[in-house]
Amino acid sequence: MAILSQTEAQAILKKVLSFSKADECEATLNGQTGGNVRSARNAISTSGGIDNVALTVESRFGKRSGVATCNQFDDATLRNCVQRAEEIARLAPESPEYMPLLGPQKYLASPQSFAKATADITPDYRATQVGASMKLCDEKKLTSAAFLNDSAGFVAKRNSKGLEAYQQVSGLEFSITVRTPDGTGSGYATADYNDASKFDARRLTQIAADKAAGSRNAQALEPGKYTVILEPAALVANTDASLLAALMGALDARNADEGRSFLSKKGGGNRKGEKLFDERVTIYSDPTHPEIADLTFSGDGRPQQKMTWIEKGVVKNLYTSRYWAQKAGIPDIPRPGGWIMEGGTQSTADLIKGTQRGILVTRLWYIRPVDPQTLLYTGLTRDGTFYIENGKIKHPVKNFRFNESPIIMLNNLEAIGKPVRVGGNLVPPLKIRDFTFTSLSDAV
Amino acid sequence: MNRRDFVGVTGLAAGALWLPSLPSFGGNPVDPARFLEGVDVAVKKRLSDAALNAAKSAGATYADVRIGRYLNQGVFTREKQVQNIVNSESYGAGVRVIANGTWGFAATNQVTEAGMAKAAQLAVQIAKANSKVQKEQVKLAPQKGYGEVSWKAPIKQNAFEVPIKDKVDLLLATNAKALENGASFVNSVLFQVNEQKYFASTDGSYIDQDIHRIYPTFGVTVVDRASGKFRSRQALSSPMGMGYEYLTPKAEDKVAGPQGSDVVGYKYSYDMLEDAARAARQAKEKITAKSVTPGKYDLVLDPHHLGLTIHESVGHPLELDRVLGYEANYAGTSFATLEWKAKGQPYGSKHVNIVADKLQPGSLGAVGYDDEGVKTKEWMLIDQGKLVDYEKIRDQAHIVGQNESDGCCYSQSWQDVQFQRMPNVSLRPGKEKLSVDQMIAGVDKGIYIAGNGSFSIDQQRYNSQFGGQVFYAIEKGKIAGMLEDVAYQTNTLEFWNSCAAVCDQSDYRFAGFFNDGKGQPSQSSAVSHGSSTTRFNGVNVINTARKIG
Repeated sequence: MAILSQTEAQAILKKVLSFSKADECEATLNGQTGGNVRSARNAISTSGGIDNVALTVESRFGKRSGVATCNQFDDATLRNCVQRAEEIARLAPESPEYMPLLGPQKYLASPQSFAKATADITPDYRATQVGASMKLCDEKKLTSAAFLNDSAGFVAKRNSKGLEAYQQVSGLEFSITVRTPDGTGSGYATADYNDASKFDARRLTQIAADKAAGSRNAQALEPGKYTVILEPAALVANTDASLLAALMGALDARNADEGRSFLSKKGGGNRKGEKLFDERVTIYSDPTHPEIADLTFSGDGRPQQKMTWIEKGVVKNLYTSRYWAQKAGIPDIPRPGGWIMEGGTQSTADLIKGTQRGILVTRLWYIRPVDPQTLLYTGLTRDGTFYIENGKIKHPVKNFRFNESPIIMLNNLEAIGKPVRVGGNLVPPLKIRDFTFTSLSDAV
Repeated sequence: MNRRDFVGVTGLAAGALWLPSLPSFGGNPVDPARFLEGVDVAVKKRLSDAALNAAKSAGATYADVRIGRYLNQGVFTREKQVQNIVNSESYGAGVRVIANGTWGFAATNQVTEAGMAKAAQLAVQIAKANSKVQKEQVKLAPQKGYGEVSWKAPIKQNAFEVPIKDKVDLLLATNAKALENGASFVNSVLFQVNEQKYFASTDGSYIDQDIHRIYPTFGVTVVDRASGKFRSRQALSSPMGMGYEYLTPKAEDKVAGPQGSDVVGYKYSYDMLEDAARAARQAKEKITAKSVTPGKYDLVLDPHHLGLTIHESVGHPLELDRVLGYEANYAGTSFATLEWKAKGQPYGSKHVNIVADKLQPGSLGAVGYDDEGVKTKEWMLIDQGKLVDYEKIRDQAHIVGQNESDGCCYSQSWQDVQFQRMPNVSLRPGKEKLSVDQMIAGVDKGIYIAGNGSFSIDQQRYNSQFGGQVFYAIEKGKIAGMLEDVAYQTNTLEFWNSCAAVCDQSDYRFAGFFNDGKGQPSQSSAVSHGSSTTRFNGVNVINTARKIG
């Protein structure tokens, strides 16, 4: 049931709209099937599964709106769901930020957003992959904790103004932390894909295992400003806050216009059009990019298209709600899904070779905002931090706490490597000078 | 009250979803009138027995069932307008079993005898499949069955029975207070949660519980267009295990901060309007406050602030699953390993007495029984600075040579498996009479911090950094004006060993956290931390101001 075809999904949505008595009505179907396996201490600890299709109906009378949902699709349930949305809408407040529903839209095709291999995953597949990972750690006398999560499904939308959308999406993410039995070494690896056929748990486990073994008995360096090579997983995290995601999350036009963003201009207005970063910094989004294929429509039905956010260090576009775009008279651009930071051809290994003295950072963690005015964040290195000397990894170093702003970081750019996929984005390893470590951590 | 009066808000009411970026709850949007309905206990017992019997027939040696009805309401406003009112309900059941010595879990929203039995059979099937790669058998601490029992949170006014209009009026009045006092922007929110949970197990327990939580909060921002600076101040409320009575301010629940500080803390009731007015004034003052000079300071930390430090540097490192490595890939492990504990090194100074509990009235952790049917209790974690115990559940007790769970197992919903979560973890007040003013009188160079702010700690809970909401310089025993750009960085053991004094019981109050995350997929839980204002000597303070182009 979970992955309805376009015809099946739109047939249900048409029926829903036919039951509507509201001024405007929009119906969205969201289906997914998938599962997860979690392991720790080289054994499976928990596992779970999901298989569900949910319908959301939004009904509107004038500027009043109501929402109801259901997950059964017989006529009586659908009719009841529409009636509930309408009942809530009649009693709802008028929204001062009301925007009429969108009419018909043209959406890009993004066929690689869905892979059959991901939809076909079975509990046996998960156990086999995680089993292979645990076996490798057993062989090396290392201890692992890992998480494998996959889902495949679709989103379909239809409204009374003629908007119609449908797309299938799939994804798999895996992360693993490998530790030495004496607790002095820890390594991490993560990857995510649309297409599960690209996934190899054993290969990722090997990376984490090498980092764990190599990070034993780390030496302490004085905190201070260091040249660092931040691996992609240190710049963006699957499940936690991160420096680059924090920057992308701050490109909201309304906050900037209201004076409460690093993009707010002294005296009023925003800093769109200003060069705020090193000229090698270009970040754009493209939902049709084959490596990070994504939905080509936003939650409110706006088309997601290729969009440049930062070009050669200049802020080119800010995203906005439809209401704010109209009020401020600015381009109506939805917040993107995944995004791409342009890079070069060098691998992390190449960046290390070109570094006289520096620190290689595998992962940054527990990243929290300190000052929204400057986008200052704090957090710590974790699971593989190494000192580089004369182009080679010299020895592991103890973990650091950092206090750094992605704005300052992207002005202190020394080199950019080749982007790889992390958390649905394409992110290059970055070599940064004067990255601010403010204290040492004893954590391994 | 008729239905329209209940959901109607002089033309305002439920359901608008204009801003998709607003936080959402788990569950389906529902008509708020559904919150007043319940599910019959006899029906839940019959359904549970269907699942337990099916599990046993399929080969389970142990099974438990949780039938949960989770109700949530959130009212969201900014400045003069309602942004959103969300009402949601999630109803279903989770079945957990042991088969072949291995855990299995399955959940269903088909809360019928057939649906429950099917979930139980699936849970056994999963347990048997996972047992093939399992190395150690699950060993549960013994637990007697309690028969048919119930527990209800001792609330005075069910927040779900209060008309939405009253809530909207309160939030808009809060916003008005902030704007009158100089706020450029204000967002205010009221979250309410009701967990109607039924637990049954093959041990012979049938436990019906009714749990309530409430969380009023706001954020005030002042923008100075001329300088381009902006500063915010968040509410000094705490989420509580209480009903709507938390929002009726009482004079006896207000605790004044030190003289010269313009800080007021709150115990078992909250004056949202008064706090909003104060927040706006303080946010404005922060724009021109003196930037701190980095260095060592004696810190005097109010309970709203200290609760977060306790949470991160005591509550989390003493979770036994973290200590054992079960959270290594996400939340992390802990410095406080069994080996570290055996060495007997001091966790803190003799002033540090930290107790865990699931009992304190009004706290977020308070329940009668946990999510694996264990009656809740209080136990010492740190006694006069010495680590004496961890936080553990039934399948962990044997690992530390104990034969009893601490009763701190929890699941965020019926569809997630229960696991070890943090109970309330609180610092006991000082036994000798000591007020905040008396404490500050003895500080030569220090900083008084009220409210919790930015926070970050490493994956083994050594190195942490904390900000706050408002900071005041202490010079020669007196408050000497507001400071800004303050954060302290510390090592957990150094920090707790620098604890020099704890104020007495009269200053004791909770800080609470509504959404503590742990696990993969991540689950949320709510927990309170009680403390009195406490002094820590010689803590490293950094300046967080930066310049960007």
